[in-house]
Amino acid sequence: MPLQTSYFPDYFSVDDILATQEKIPCKFIQNVPKLGKLNPATEDPDLQSGTVLEMPLWLVLEASLMRQPIVTADLPKVYKDAYLEILKADPCAVDLHKFGVYFYELGSYMKQFGQNDDIAKTLLHTFTLRFRQIMDLSDNVISDPNVIQKLDALEKSLYESGHDAKMKLFSWLKMSEIPLEAATMVTNHKKRKRVDEDLF
Amino acid sequence: MFCEKAHVLIKELSRNRDALPPYNTDLLNEINTEVKQLITQNQEDAQISEDSRVMNHASYLPTVKIRHAAIKRNIRCILAYHYNRLKCLRNMRWQFGSILPPDVKSNLSQSEIEWFSKYSSNLVQYMRSIGDEGINLAVDLKPPKSLYIEVRCLTDYGQFELNDGSVLLLKENSRHYLPRSECEELIRQGVLEHVV
Repeated sequence: MPLQTSYFPDYFSVDDILATQEKIPCKFIQNVPKLGKLNPATEDPDLQSGTVLEMPLWLVLEASLMRQPIVTADLPKVYKDAYLEILKADPCAVDLHKFGVYFYELGSYMKQFGQNDDIAKTLLHTFTLRFRQIMDLSDNVISDPNVIQKLDALEKSLYESGHDAKMKLFSWLKMSEIPLEAATMVTNHKKRKRVDEDLF
Repeated sequence: MFCEKAHVLIKELSRNRDALPPYNTDLLNEINTEVKQLITQNQEDAQISEDSRVMNHASYLPTVKIRHAAIKRNIRCILAYHYNRLKCLRNMRWQFGSILPPDVKSNLSQSEIEWFSKYSSNLVQYMRSIGDEGINLAVDLKPPKSLYIEVRCLTDYGQFELNDGSVLLLKENSRHYLPRSECEELIRQGVLEHVV
């Protein structure tokens, strides 16, 4: 049982916290006194309205989805039309890791800032087409590490659990006596210890 | 920028998904100070805008809201840090057994050690309450095929007493033919290796 990761925006989810830490461009539409230090470009103690800054998503979500929004969010460039066109053309050829480690998670937050539902549609389209590729990858026991590097965090975890299930199926099909094994944490702990001993 | 330290804390957690790094007291203290500072600043500014509402003074409302968001974010990160560490610790109870290796234990905070021993005793109590004699839920994870199995010893474990009273010496690289039910736990802990 490794540490479970959740893709549902659960309050304690490490992945969700990391995804909402990504910076997105936004524009301040109210004067914010005393918080000039958020803008490294000026020495002004106040933040003037009209300033364009890159802010982490958690702050933008809090400050833009209220009755009198303080900021308006802009889309990061990978969710703009030009990049969406690339994804529509052939999602499988894209290095999604370079688009963003939490591409889908961030995208599902971004869809509420887009003008139409283009982002949501493209995300779904991308995922459906790339999912087949991930299934293929996890079915092949020996797979090309370069392809795996092109997956984003969600896809990578899907690939890993798929691969794991495949290995379990293999050992079940063999039906030979299943050897008892040390727990995974114990083995990892031993390996780590060995590395530590080598260092000193 | 707000919450930089909390982000460092969460990144540390995500780098070590199935191991526990040392409990980061220093960083947690720094985050605590940041939250306290934000709260005092917010109280001051809220008081000022309250006092000067009659006069047409610049409103501090957006400032307070942004600081408040930062406070909430810091708290979320701290809670997530503790929660995920406990989850990892709970898995460790099942994998290492009731006694943790000393180098893992030295990475825990005092309250985490207390939590671990409470969880451990709760679990033992529960396992004892099942059926007439109790069931050890941590063994027989894979269906047994034979009563006896051949094992190889990986470390110098020392003396080991079997249920029938005979004592054997577990030395590195020695081979034994033992009842499966008695050595399964040692295999899980990495002392013995099952030879097929």
